[in-house]
Amino acid sequence: MKDLNPKLLKNGEAIALELVEILDFDDFRDCLLEEVRKQGRVAACFAVPAVEASRGLELFALVARDRNACVAVYRTCIGERFPSLTPSCPQMHLFEREIAEQYGVVPEGHPWLKPLRFHTAWRPGVDAWGRPADQHPRSGEMEFYQVEGEGVHEVAVGPVHAGIIEPGHFRFQCYGEKVMHLEISLGYQHRGIEQMLLNGPHPATMAQMETIAGDTTIGHGLAYCQVLEALSGCEVPAKAQSIRALALELERLANHVGDIGALAGDVGFLPTFSYCGRLRGDYLNLTAALCGSRFGRGLVRPGGVGFDLDPVLAGEMLARLKGIEGNTMGAMEIFFDAPSVLSRFEGRGRLSRSVAEDLGLVGVAAKACAVPRDSRFFHPTGVYRHLFDDLITEETGDAMARAKVRSREITVSIELLRRIGTSLPEGPIRAPVGPLKADALAIALVEGWRGEVVHVGLTGGDGRLRRYKIVDPSFHNWSGLAMAMRDEQISDFPLCNKSFNLSYCGFDL
Amino acid sequence: MLQMIRERWRQGFRTGKFPKEEPILPPRFRGLPQFAGECPSDCDRACEVLCPFSACKSGDGRLVLDLGRCLFCADCPACPQGRITFGNDYRLAVRQRQDLLYSGGEYPLAQPLEPERLKLFGRSLKLRQVSAGGCNGCEADCNVLGTLVFDLGRFGIQFVASPRHADGLLLTGPVTENMRSAVLATYEAMPAPKIVIAVGACGINGGPFLHSSEVSPGLDPLLPVDLYIPGCPPHPYTILDGLLRLLDRR
Repeated sequence: MKDLNPKLLKNGEAIALELVEILDFDDFRDCLLEEVRKQGRVAACFAVPAVEASRGLELFALVARDRNACVAVYRTCIGERFPSLTPSCPQMHLFEREIAEQYGVVPEGHPWLKPLRFHTAWRPGVDAWGRPADQHPRSGEMEFYQVEGEGVHEVAVGPVHAGIIEPGHFRFQCYGEKVMHLEISLGYQHRGIEQMLLNGPHPATMAQMETIAGDTTIGHGLAYCQVLEALSGCEVPAKAQSIRALALELERLANHVGDIGALAGDVGFLPTFSYCGRLRGDYLNLTAALCGSRFGRGLVRPGGVGFDLDPVLAGEMLARLKGIEGNTMGAMEIFFDAPSVLSRFEGRGRLSRSVAEDLGLVGVAAKACAVPRDSRFFHPTGVYRHLFDDLITEETGDAMARAKVRSREITVSIELLRRIGTSLPEGPIRAPVGPLKADALAIALVEGWRGEVVHVGLTGGDGRLRRYKIVDPSFHNWSGLAMAMRDEQISDFPLCNKSFNLSYCGFDL
Repeated sequence: MLQMIRERWRQGFRTGKFPKEEPILPPRFRGLPQFAGECPSDCDRACEVLCPFSACKSGDGRLVLDLGRCLFCADCPACPQGRITFGNDYRLAVRQRQDLLYSGGEYPLAQPLEPERLKLFGRSLKLRQVSAGGCNGCEADCNVLGTLVFDLGRFGIQFVASPRHADGLLLTGPVTENMRSAVLATYEAMPAPKIVIAVGACGINGGPFLHSSEVSPGLDPLLPVDLYIPGCPPHPYTILDGLLRLLDRR
């Protein structure tokens, strides 16, 4: 086997493409499997047409080595068919399905090769499933896994659900009330974001990055800006770093508090449901005080931030935070103290640590299974380098653990806000961003509130984006929800679903 | 139990006084655009090119901003002379698509429904929300109307689970290819008479995804829209104000 001697990147760094060796496919596979055996995780994997068309597609895999705070870059070439890595490395299953759908190539031996987002391939005239390549595929049209037998029935839900939720299709195989298998088919929110980025960045790109998943505006916006800054060699001023972290934690707070409230609502515990629904708005309004938008639109910009935070405003925000904090703690205390709540959450939607690791779960879902994953801790940038040391995990892997991870992260984030807000550096809030380096690759890992947001930018010889890869935490974690539903009652699906609270549009792109 | 009562006491009464009292929005909030002075006679109409979403048109010394396309960007790149700024007025809902073409002055806020439908829906309006490629921003700001701060129920407006129970469709998102048939099926499933509300820049004209081949863009080419609520996303009060105007409650 070839020695593991890949090029290593830090979070927010760029590397010249010529330094990344193009491996034989066999060497690529051996290296990747060895990395994963040594607890590396596939942070991103994507294909891109090779510059010389005769070479087919280039395949990149970026493996996060959490304990070394770096990312290993592997590169190879593939043709129309290539041996699937999924059987020996389940983390690859969605990445390979995605590559098959985008470029019409076939990973041979993939155990679950179905479309992900239902769009035509980016290369004209090809389709991995032999569908008519000139017609838009119909969403949800694929062979669902089916269980047969007496008393076995199928429940299909969606794409339009009850309530104000994004669309997705869920197919349950049930025996009575018991769920034997859940298959999740998404793609309804697919807007073609990665494709629109080709030859970018374009003037509309920043707004599109902020709306990959609107509830993760700061997370995705930040990852995009870090990629551009890495590719252009821009140094972000210290004050902008602080404001960015402040906004990222406010986003986490708003969503985590909202989630605790929604979880309470799902089990009919109305006091916390009502309080947290309002408190979520209070955190959003803090973000709006900073930049005018409750979701942080317009705040994070390449090179820094678009809005300054003077000591007066910072003081006002911290004073408001104090009041909100008291109410948040009170609302959570009665929730975690109520026996009726605990009995509904404990043991529901349990996921084992090994499944979480095999599937490459990230964020809240992983942390709840005692899997330490937090890019603020393992791959820190900006103020997180010296401010963040509170990596939270829970042991039980159930809905309760996911609620507890959120509640403990709320405490940590409030403390972080206070520390950032009282030690704001002086100076500029934005630095100029020059042209992007040609033929380079950069990665950004940002711990959004759901988990790790990964953006990878690859430039061509003209310094424009040849490929841009976005990995929302939900990309990995939807598989976790499907596994967590096994042997659960179908009536507990809303509760389990909410305990993950994943993004449809973040997955669909 | 005692702890719960104590907590209830501490959390206090939080439902806003809207619409009797106007909401207080943060100073940096971006609402109805404002235009500084007239366009210069020798203007090179750069705004038509510089807005990434083609929201600006200029002619006859007037700048026309299409609020159906505008994302209320903090760093609006459109006018090199910096004529376009955003004010604090959150009331933005209109009844007609062309009413969103704004060039200053009085803004044609939404008029109530015509008497026939107003009589049916004025005191009880049930809406079915469908997200068709929305980023969950508009969806979240609709959802929040159900919290006790806004308490949508006190106006007789409610989001319902089934289109069969609904009087209206409230749509968010640019209508992706993959959602188009679901949107039309939901509309078909609603009993007539019915209303259609487009919330957010995406639902009105495709928003940031205007130029994607995977989106419609927006609801206009597909269904007759009764109320347009612009913004990216609109503030919850913008949505609530629009709904109340439609029902002749403001």
